[in-house]
Parts: sequence; structure tokens; C-alpha cells
Amino acid sequence: MSTSYLPAGLPIPVPEVDGLSTQYWEGLKKNEVWVQRCKDCRTWQWGPEWMCHACNSFDTGWEKIEAHGRIYSWERPWHPVHPALKGHGPYLIVLVEFPQYGNIRMIGNLLGDPHQTVEIGGKVSPVFEHHEDATPPFTLLQWTIET
Amino acid sequence: MATDSNRSLRGKVAIVGVGETPYYKHGMSPHSEFKLALMAIVAACRDAGLDPHDIDGIASYSNDRNDPSRLSAALGMKELRFANMQWGGGGGGGAAAVGNAAAAIAGGLSDVVVVFRALAQGQFARFGVGAATPTTAGDAAFQSPYGLMSPAQKFAMKTMRFMHDHGVGQEALRAIAMASYAHAQKNPRAVMYGRPLDEAAYDASRWIVEPFHLFDCCQENDGAAALIIVSADRAKDFAHKPSYLLGAQGGSDYRAGAPAHNVPNYGSSTFASVVPHLYRMAGIKPSEVDVLQNYENFTGGVLMSLVEHGFCAPDECNEFSTLENFMAPTGRLPMNTSGGNLAECYMHGLELQIEAVRQLRGDSTAQVPKVDISMVIAGPMVTPVSSMILGSEATL
Ligand SMILES: [Zn+2]
Repeated sequence: MSTSYLPAGLPIPVPEVDGLSTQYWEGLKKNEVWVQRCKDCRTWQWGPEWMCHACNSFDTGWEKIEAHGRIYSWERPWHPVHPALKGHGPYLIVLVEFPQYGNIRMIGNLLGDPHQTVEIGGKVSPVFEHHEDATPPFTLLQWTIET
Repeated sequence: MATDSNRSLRGKVAIVGVGETPYYKHGMSPHSEFKLALMAIVAACRDAGLDPHDIDGIASYSNDRNDPSRLSAALGMKELRFANMQWGGGGGGGAAAVGNAAAAIAGGLSDVVVVFRALAQGQFARFGVGAATPTTAGDAAFQSPYGLMSPAQKFAMKTMRFMHDHGVGQEALRAIAMASYAHAQKNPRAVMYGRPLDEAAYDASRWIVEPFHLFDCCQENDGAAALIIVSADRAKDFAHKPSYLLGAQGGSDYRAGAPAHNVPNYGSSTFASVVPHLYRMAGIKPSEVDVLQNYENFTGGVLMSLVEHGFCAPDECNEFSTLENFMAPTGRLPMNTSGGNLAECYMHGLELQIEAVRQLRGDSTAQVPKVDISMVIAGPMVTPVSSMILGSEATL
């Protein structure tokens, strides 16, 4: 796909057989970001788990968030770790934190020049990268520097 | 405090034999992985002056593929009383495996335990390459579609945050790599023997993933290593000066296994909660450590381990992490004196434990004078991790 940040051929994300992360992956296809929030104690939780780590409730609900965050850490891989990345690179991976949602964090690529200077603490906005032609189709949550 | 001293491994067991195969570059072993394991165990027995038939316990870590029942049958062990695997990947379980063996001996479950690790990556998949699967689920689904697959990539991001928080320069990582290579030049067993590293070569080496250059990353090797552990009251019956276990602790920080890089204490080697237990059991302070073997999967983990084990404050990394400080015999904290994972061999850290024993016996190729306390830190940044402290008879 010409619009994707990384070349095609990397593993395609799918929900587990038990469906734990289905809400997240289905939400991305609709340009929505859903994460877990305990219905009992209101603790935010990411990645998904069957139990709330704060109060041990099994009633872990989902909430849609406005996924504007800040860069918590980053890295620039050069060495290809997968056949699909041979001859590609470098590229950027960021760990994005959401202070407004209990400091949960998400991983993604930072779009734009892979050689750019990356500032920890910098604000980023979500970009939904749709892979409709993949089998099965999926959407990745990517990041761009907020202007 | 009778209860507390009863619930301690301090001085209860000793390492009386160490053995290893030749170390090969990955894929270059002429022997199968299982045969390598047997070779190392027999070498450790020979070192101790022990008949392999008298081993009655087997412990390992990192999901070692070599089944203890098959090993026991192949060795002709009279009986198998203890078969133990420390959970967790990487080399994080190396010291915990010794602790498990010690607990079994102290608790009367076993008398002679071998701790071993064998790796023939030519025979099996390598660590530093992502799995070539069409789909991915679970924690990996949040990472591998973004090209985040290898251990180096997983841990570079932790290191980057730590360096940012504490103003750490690349030179602090470089010093760790150079210390391992410099010590390996004195060690004919080392895979990198005869291949010295200088600052310019480090600086010019390619990035694997920023902030890690090629020389910040461990080798991948084939080989095997083994240790023989017995109760302290028998320790003097064997061929060499015993290395007594003063303390061992495995584990990890609060929610270290949280998915998708959500561990709260992120810029960390995972040792924050482990270390207080370790020093309490051993009854020593960091300043009393004479020589340190500090597992280098990646240099950033070594640096964070130094901090979390109390050898320097987080904001002192640039001053503390220098080649001069790490070099035997005169450095402030001689470290990785055989060449370690970077330059001796990546035997998942068990070669570091053998080096810690050599330092206590006085037969390292980079010997530190008058070693009484010899410490090993096992694979940082994974979960669970582990550390252990060995001592001479004088420390008991
Ligand atoms: Zn809750």
C-alpha cells in the first residue's frame, strides 16, 4: 500500500482467539481509539487485560478516547529485523503517553522524515493508517507531530 | 531473629565446579545443543572432582530446550530429585536458577544440583530476528506491525528514556562496550580475543537501533556452561576453593509485565524491587563488591543495572561509566573481566557466573587482587530478572 509508513509484509495484527483486544482493533477501522477503563474503580488500563489491576474487578469496560498524547520515548531502528524491512529504513517508533488517561501508553510510528529530531515530551496527534486490501484488513494507529 | 536467618540462603551452599564448552559464533557449533549441554556438565563435574552419576538435581532458565529427564538418563544419574526451570526469557533467570538450586539443597530436596544453559542457535531460530508469521496477536500485535520486534528494539526505547531523564551521554554506553572488549583481549577463550575495540571504531560502527550501535549489542553464540552446587558443609570436599552463595534474588518491579510498554517504572533494568532483598540476604553494601559481572544484552541495561544496584546515582552515570573505572585490576569497579556477553561469549550469562567463580579462586585472565565478594547481575530489562552475590570463606 502506497499510503503506509512501513512496507507491506510485516505481521498483520489480529485480536486474540479469546477476543480480549477486539474492541480496540475494530475501533481503529472506524477512526476511533478505545481503551479499557474499569467500571468499578474508573482506573484506565492499557494494554487490555481480563481484570482491572487496581481493584481486581472483572468488569473492565471500554471507553473511547481523544488520542492526543505526548512522546514518552522513541527510537530509530536501522537494522532490518524482518524480510519486509530489508533495504528500508531508518524509521521511527514512538511510545506515546496520555497524561489525561492515567498515563497509559501506546506504540506507533512517527510519520514524516525518518531523520527528524524527536523531542521527548513533544505533542502528537493520531493518524489512522487503513490497510483495506490486506488479508485480513486492519488499521494501524500512527502518530504525527502536533502543529 | 532466628526466623529471619532460617529464611536465608546466606552461606548455605557453594559452587564447587564450573565447566564450559568451547564458545562458537552462532551456527558454528559442530555439536548438537544437547551434546553441548552434556559436555559442559561433564566438564563442571571434572572441575569439581565429582562423578556425574552423583548429580541429583538439574536447574536451568530461559526455557532451555534440553529436558532434565533426558539429561539425567544420558548422564546415568542414579536419581533425579530436583528438576527446575526459572520462568522468563533472555538471561534474566541466570542468578535465580542458582537461587532455586540453593533453596532445593538448603531445604533438603536435593544434594548436588547442576545449573546449566546450552544454546545452539544454528540448530534453532536466532534471537535477533523477528518471527516471519503472517498475523500476530496479543502483546506482539501492538509492536511488530510497527517494526518493533527484536530485543534490541524493545530495550532501546527504555534506554532512550533513561538517558533523557538523567542526561546520559553515548560515551557512558561506549565505556561499557570497551571494557568488555578490553578484558576479552586477555582471555583466549573469548570469541573476540584478538579483536580489540577502540573509541573510533565504536563511534563509526553502524546503528542497530538508536541509541545502540552494533557494539552495544551482545553476540549470538553456540555453546554451553554449567555450575555444580552442593551444601556448604560438603564444599571443602571438592578440588577447588568453594564460592559460597551469600545472596540470590529473582523477580521484577510492580507491573513489569504490563503489555505494550506500560510498565510504570519504564527507564529501568527491572531491578528496583529485587535489589533490596539481595543485599539484605547477603548482608553487604554495594561498596563491598570487589568485582562485578554485569550481563550485557545491551549496554543500556548494564548502565541501568549499575544504578539500580546502588553503584552510582542516576545522575552520575557520565562520571562513573568510564573505561578506567571498569578495568581490572585497578578500576573502581572492575566489571565483565572475561569479556562478558559482548566479547567472551553470549551463553545467556552463565559464562559470567563462571567468571565470578574464577575471580574468587584467583584464576581469571584479568584477575582482581584479593577478591572476597564477587557479584553477578543477570539479564537486565526483561522480567523476571535476578542477581546473586558470591563470597570467599572469609565472608561467612
Ligand atoms: Zn478497578
